[in-house]
Amino acid sequence: MTRKELFDGVQDIFRDIFDEDDMVIEDKTSSDDIEDWDSLNHINLVSAIEKEFEIRFALGELMALKDVGAMIDLMIEKLK
Amino acid sequence: MQHLEHPLDVNKILRKKKSIKKYLLLQDDLIEKNIAILGGSTTSELKNILEIFLLKNGIKPKFYESEYNKYYEDALFGSDELDKFNPDIIYIHTTNQNIIKYPESKDTSEDVAMLLSNEMQRYKSIWNSLSKFDCAIIQNNFDYTKDRSLGNLDCYDIHGKTYFINKLNDEFSLNARKIKNLYINDINYLSSYIGLRYWFDPSLWYQAKYAISMESIPELAFNIGKITSSIFGKSKKCLVLDLDNTCWGGVIGDDGLDRIHIGTETAISESYTAFQKYVKELKNRGVTLAVCSKNDFENAKEGFSHPESILKFDDFTSFKANWNPKNHNILDIAKSINIGVDSLVFIDDNPVERDIVLSQVPSVSVPDVGSDVVEFIAHIDRNGYFEPISIADDDINRNQYYKDNKKRANKQATFKSYDEFLVSLDMTAEIKSFSSVYLDRITQLTNKTNQFNLTTKRYTTGEIDTITLSDEYIKVYGKLTDKYGSNGLIAISIGRIENRACHIDLWLMSCRVLKRDMEFAMLDELVSKCKDQDVSEIIGYYYKSSKNSMVSDLYEKFGFNLLERNDEDSVWKLDITNYEIKNKFIGVKND
Repeated sequence: MTRKELFDGVQDIFRDIFDEDDMVIEDKTSSDDIEDWDSLNHINLVSAIEKEFEIRFALGELMALKDVGAMIDLMIEKLK
Repeated sequence: MQHLEHPLDVNKILRKKKSIKKYLLLQDDLIEKNIAILGGSTTSELKNILEIFLLKNGIKPKFYESEYNKYYEDALFGSDELDKFNPDIIYIHTTNQNIIKYPESKDTSEDVAMLLSNEMQRYKSIWNSLSKFDCAIIQNNFDYTKDRSLGNLDCYDIHGKTYFINKLNDEFSLNARKIKNLYINDINYLSSYIGLRYWFDPSLWYQAKYAISMESIPELAFNIGKITSSIFGKSKKCLVLDLDNTCWGGVIGDDGLDRIHIGTETAISESYTAFQKYVKELKNRGVTLAVCSKNDFENAKEGFSHPESILKFDDFTSFKANWNPKNHNILDIAKSINIGVDSLVFIDDNPVERDIVLSQVPSVSVPDVGSDVVEFIAHIDRNGYFEPISIADDDINRNQYYKDNKKRANKQATFKSYDEFLVSLDMTAEIKSFSSVYLDRITQLTNKTNQFNLTTKRYTTGEIDTITLSDEYIKVYGKLTDKYGSNGLIAISIGRIENRACHIDLWLMSCRVLKRDMEFAMLDELVSKCKDQDVSEIIGYYYKSSKNSMVSDLYEKFGFNLLERNDEDSVWKLDITNYEIKNKFIGVKND
């Protein structure tokens, strides 16, 4: 899976969770940019990503992530 | 909204909850209810998903949600907000995470009894204090902990957590039997159904204090939805069953009483017996039963006289076995029992029948049970259609809901006519002269088809082989495919040519494709082949048997003229010089 494919998959999840069909995210998108991206929705995003890509984040791994780009990079690591 | 029924599409529900909610809010006649959630752990996502399941059941909830883990404080000391909210239902979401103190290994049995009593006292005071709202209280019992340091001993040594939890759950049950308005949400069962290792996600607990895993939340909400529906009197009352390949294996009209599968002789028989046993249990605790089957009444009734049949004819309050469309029969059933059609659940192995009932009478519950009887019980059981709040008082809230339901307009597009339904099936048929690959299937059909069979003439493989090769015969088979897939080879006509006349020795069709106009497509093809061979008239014979009364007027329907009648047998004639094509709905591939 290319980074682009991964990114598109993650974007679809963002669109579903926040119910905005035309939402566009970028590497530098962070919780500051999306109003509803609170800690509870963060959990929902992570759960959906884990299901979709069949990966599991370790406890604490996600706390440190500052934006979407960092999240995707971590996913690439996991999928290797 | 199939993904909100068993089997739940958990991932879709979690991801698409917002758009699902929007869609469900478009329904008419939602009733508004106030639901207070008092949580012993995080309930945010549970609330969101519960909202979806309540909306699906016609309830539009307004929520009160206690602050994190403030269930006890809210219940005991109250809050202005909760008082003003005036809940219709209070749901207490506690789990084993809320158990304050388990026994320790040094504890005596008196110590353990004391711990148990302390734990119970907390809940008793919660229920007691909440009784001022005079509303339903839905209370979780306890799930087991994933770890059990005493191993198997954990369930019977007094120091075990499993043992302790079982004791607590017994106490909860005891109290729920005594306290009016207290209902148990059995998460002990639910967690074992899901599997403890999927039920609890330690990572999610540490990160967000969710006491159950994300993927379990829809199942939990689904379960609470069932109890809530039942409390508001929305449980179903009547189970409507198809017969052939639903109540027993095989086709009673064709196979006969001694050949249908029921009993314990074979695996297939046992699976139908298990289904009948489950249905009988439902009946014994107050669910009304009805039959809706395409069959001759006498044949259908005979099926339940089978010595191994668990269900008997007398178990059914309404028994519709005839050849009318099932959507009509369903309405008749509701009328004859005098209940709303939305109190009916319809089980049929045939997707076409399910489709016509669901599309024409959308308020009937028609689970997508598939065609394997092994799955049927789960579809009835897991969907909680007949969830009772108590066995004796089942009917308490029903009447009010009958009234509400009458106002309900059709929410789904319905077909305006049966013709429109046939068009929607997108049917194509292959109608061709016999070929050797179908020899066995054709022979088999001539020997087992009893109902839609004009002469009931039986053939051997050798005879069919001879006919296939002979020019003196017009012999066609029909295969029908619709949007649900192929029905296989289901129709056969054999005509013998003599002096420019075609005598129909055999005309049969499988009841699987009844009322699909397949017989017209077959006639069109037969006529066309007759013309090719310079035949000018077709002679049809109807020989009465104990099973084939449904086709006694077939030739009349085809526009044949009666030549003679002997008792119940008859001979018919059709001049084909000015024959007009009769089939309008099936696309035909021919030779």
